[in-house]
Amino acid sequence: MSATADIVARCQGLFDDLHFTYAREWKAAVPGRKVVGYMPFYVPRELIHAAGALPLGVLGGGDQLEVIHGDAYYQSYICRIPRSTVELGVTGRLDFLDGMLFPSICDVIRNLSGMWKIMFPKVKSRYFDVPQNFRNDIGGEFYINELKELRDMLAEISGHEIGDDAIRASIALYNESRRLVREVYAFRSKQPWKAPSAEVYLLMRAGMILAVEEHNRLLQEYLAAAPLEDRPRHDNSRVVVTGAFCEQPPLNLIKSIELSGCYIVDDDFMLVNRWERSDVPLDGDPIQSLAFAYLHDSGDTSAKYEPDQKKKGLYLVESVKRNRAEGVIFAAPSFCDPALLERPMLQGVLAEHGVPYIAFKYAENSGQMQPIREQAGTFADSIKLWSDR
Amino acid sequence: MSAMPVAEVVKEQSMLKQKEMIAANYELLVTAREAGRKVVSTFVPGNLNELIMCFDMANNLPEINAIQNGMRKKSGAYIMEAEKRGHSEDVCTYVKADLGMIAKGNLGPDGRQLPDPDLLLLSYTGCFTFMKWFELLRQQYKCETAMLHVPYEGDGHASKNMRDYVVKQLKEEVIPKLERASGVKFDIDRLRQYLKESAKAEQDFVWVLESAKHKPSPIDAYFGGVYYIGPIFTSFRGTEDATEYYRLLRSEIAQRLADKLGPVTPDGEMHEERYRLVVEGPPNWTSFRDFWKMFYDEGAVVVASTYTKVGGLYDLGFRHDPEHPLESLAEYCLGCYTNRNLPSRIDLIEKYLNEYEADGLLINSIKSCNSFSAGQLLMLREIERRTGKPGAFIETDLVDPRYFSPANVKNRLESYLQMIEQKRHGAAPPSAAAE
Repeated sequence: MSATADIVARCQGLFDDLHFTYAREWKAAVPGRKVVGYMPFYVPRELIHAAGALPLGVLGGGDQLEVIHGDAYYQSYICRIPRSTVELGVTGRLDFLDGMLFPSICDVIRNLSGMWKIMFPKVKSRYFDVPQNFRNDIGGEFYINELKELRDMLAEISGHEIGDDAIRASIALYNESRRLVREVYAFRSKQPWKAPSAEVYLLMRAGMILAVEEHNRLLQEYLAAAPLEDRPRHDNSRVVVTGAFCEQPPLNLIKSIELSGCYIVDDDFMLVNRWERSDVPLDGDPIQSLAFAYLHDSGDTSAKYEPDQKKKGLYLVESVKRNRAEGVIFAAPSFCDPALLERPMLQGVLAEHGVPYIAFKYAENSGQMQPIREQAGTFADSIKLWSDR
Repeated sequence: MSAMPVAEVVKEQSMLKQKEMIAANYELLVTAREAGRKVVSTFVPGNLNELIMCFDMANNLPEINAIQNGMRKKSGAYIMEAEKRGHSEDVCTYVKADLGMIAKGNLGPDGRQLPDPDLLLLSYTGCFTFMKWFELLRQQYKCETAMLHVPYEGDGHASKNMRDYVVKQLKEEVIPKLERASGVKFDIDRLRQYLKESAKAEQDFVWVLESAKHKPSPIDAYFGGVYYIGPIFTSFRGTEDATEYYRLLRSEIAQRLADKLGPVTPDGEMHEERYRLVVEGPPNWTSFRDFWKMFYDEGAVVVASTYTKVGGLYDLGFRHDPEHPLESLAEYCLGCYTNRNLPSRIDLIEKYLNEYEADGLLINSIKSCNSFSAGQLLMLREIERRTGKPGAFIETDLVDPRYFSPANVKNRLESYLQMIEQKRHGAAPPSAAAE
C-alpha cells in the first residue's frame, strides 16, 4: 500500500469507529485524562487542549448508525444530526465524555444542549455562545467573559487551573494545525486529482478525533505523500461545496460529486479546523487573542452575522475566485435552518457575480446517490458547455 | 395578535378597545410616509416597544402581519409565492408568509400597503431564524439594521455578562441607530415614563393570567390568551392605551370570576369546564377558530400556556423598571420564553400544571418552528414523569394551511381527553399519546 493509502486507511478506520476507541484508549492511557465533546460549528479547541483534555468532534452518527432511540426524541421535520447524536449518547457510545459543548449554530443544537443536561446530568455540558457584535469593547468583552467561563468549566472538569502559558502553548499547536489544514486545502485546490475529496474529508474527520499533535503529523505525512501519487487528471469542473457545515454528508455523496465530473476545490464541511484565518497571536492575553481572532480574523457561515450588507456572501465569491472554481454546489441537510435560510441570499450574490450553482438536500444517512450524481454530472457538463473555460 | 371575528356573541369593552388600538396602529403604519413618520420593524420576542416610542417611530412587527394574514387565510398563497422564489419548504412559515406578502405588493392585513422600514431592529432573541429573516429583509430593503444580540440562557439564568452585553449594545448600537433613523434625540426620561406605564399594564396582565387558577377558569389562557397578549407584546406596551386595556380586561375578568363564568368563546359562553389543560407551543393561525372549537366543544379550557410568554415572561415577577431602564430592557429580552433553556421551560410547565391544577399537558408542535419544537418530545416525557399527568402531542404549523389536518388533530385531542377521563375514574392510562 502507498503511504497515502495507509494514511487514508487509518483515517477511514477512525471515521468508521462509532465507539470512538481511539478517544477511549487515549483517556485510559493516563489516569486523570478527560475528553470533551463538541458539535459544529466552532469551539476554541485550544482551551480544551490547554486543560489537558482531548477535544472530540461529535458530528452525529452518519450513515453507519441506525437510529432507533434517537427518533423518539425528534419530530419528522427536524434534521438527523441531533437524533444520531442522541443515539450515540443513549447507546453508551459517548459514555466516556467528561464534557460536551453545543455551539450557537441553530435552535435545534441550542435546544439539544438543554436536553443533554436532562439526559446526561453527570456530564458537564454547556451551550457555547459566540458574539454577533464585533466591536472589541462590546462583543469582544462579552466573548472574553464567555471564554473565561468556559475555561473555568474546563478547569473544573480537569481538576486543575488552566494558566495562560498552557493556553498559549495550545494555541501554537492549533495554529500549526490550521496552517497544515490550509496547506492541504490549497494543495487540493491546485491539484485536485492528487487529493480526492473523499480522502481529504477523511483526513479532516480524523482531526476531529485525534490529539492535535498526532493529527498535525498525519497532515504533514499526507502533504509529503499525496503529491507523489500517480493519479490521472480528469477534465472535471471545479466546484465549491457549501451548506454542509453541521450535519455531514455521507462519504458516498462526496465521492458521487467527484465521480460525476466535478473536483471539489473548497468546502465548508468542518469549519472549526480552519476557522481562524491566520495564526492567533501568542503574545499578550491568550483569551483576548482567541476572542479577537474570532471577531476579526475568522471564517464566515450562516450562524455568524454579517453586519455589512454589501459584504454578505462575498466570502463565497472570493472562494470561487481564489480556488478558480467554476460553480457552486449548495448541499444542505434537509430541515437545516442555517443552510436553507441562507441559501437564497448566497445564490443572489452568486447570480450577481455570474457564478453558476445548483442546489440539493441530503441527510447524513442518504443512501440514494444516483440523483446526486445526475444533478452534479449535468452541472459539470453545463459548465463545460457554456462557461468561458 | 387580534382577529377580526366573523360573528361575536358579545363584544366585551376590552375587545372593542383592542380592535380600535390595532386599527389605529395599522393606520399609523400605512400613513407613515405621508405623515413623515419613520418606521422600524422588529420582533415580538425582545420587542423594545418603549424604546421605539422614544423616537416617535411606528412599530411594524412582521410576525404579527404573518399571523393576521394567517387568520385571514392569505398566508398560504404568500408562502407558495416565497417557495416559488427559492425559499425552502423546510423553513419558517412566518418568514415565507412575510416574504411572499412583500413580493405581492406588501399589502397589510387590511389590504393597504405597508411602508418600507427605515430601520430593522434585529432583536436576536430566542430564535435563530430571526437573524436570517432580517438579513433577507435587509437585502430587500437595503436599509439600516441594528443587531441586538440577546444571549441564550443556556444555563437557565441570565448572567451579569449577558445583561451587560445587551445594555452595551443598546447604548452603543441600537440607540444611535434609532436616533439616526428617526432624527430624534434619545431622552431616557421618556423611556422611564413608558416603562412605568408598562409595569402597570404588566401587573393587570398577570392578574388576568392567574385568574385561570380559579375553578371554573374565567379565561382560556391559550385561545383567549392570544388576544390578551396582543397589546403587551406588540406596539402598545408602554402606552396609556395598553394600561387602560388591561385595566378594562381585568375588571371584565373579575366580573366573570364573581359570576362564576367560564371563558367567552366565538360560540358564546363555555358552560361546563370538564378539562383543564396546559398548552405548550404556538397555535395554528390558519384554522384558529376550528382549532379552538375542538377544545371548547369538549369542555376543555386551557388554564396556562407557554406561547403567551413568548413576547415576555411576567408571571415569575419580572416588571419593567423605570429606575433601571436599559438594564430592565435587557432583563426583559433575556427572559422571553424561547430564550430560556429547555430545563427552565420544563420547570415552568411543571409549575403551571401544579399551580393551575391542570389535568395534563398538550403540546402543539409547530413544523416550522425549531425554537419551540426541538426537544418537545423529551419535554412531554419529562413532564409526565415528574407530574404523573398525561401528555398529548399534536403537530400543526403556524401559518401554512397545508400542515393543519383537522381530522387528525380532533382525533388526537378526543383520545387524549378520553385518557384523562379514564385516569380520573381510576383506569390505568395508556402510554403517552406521542408518536
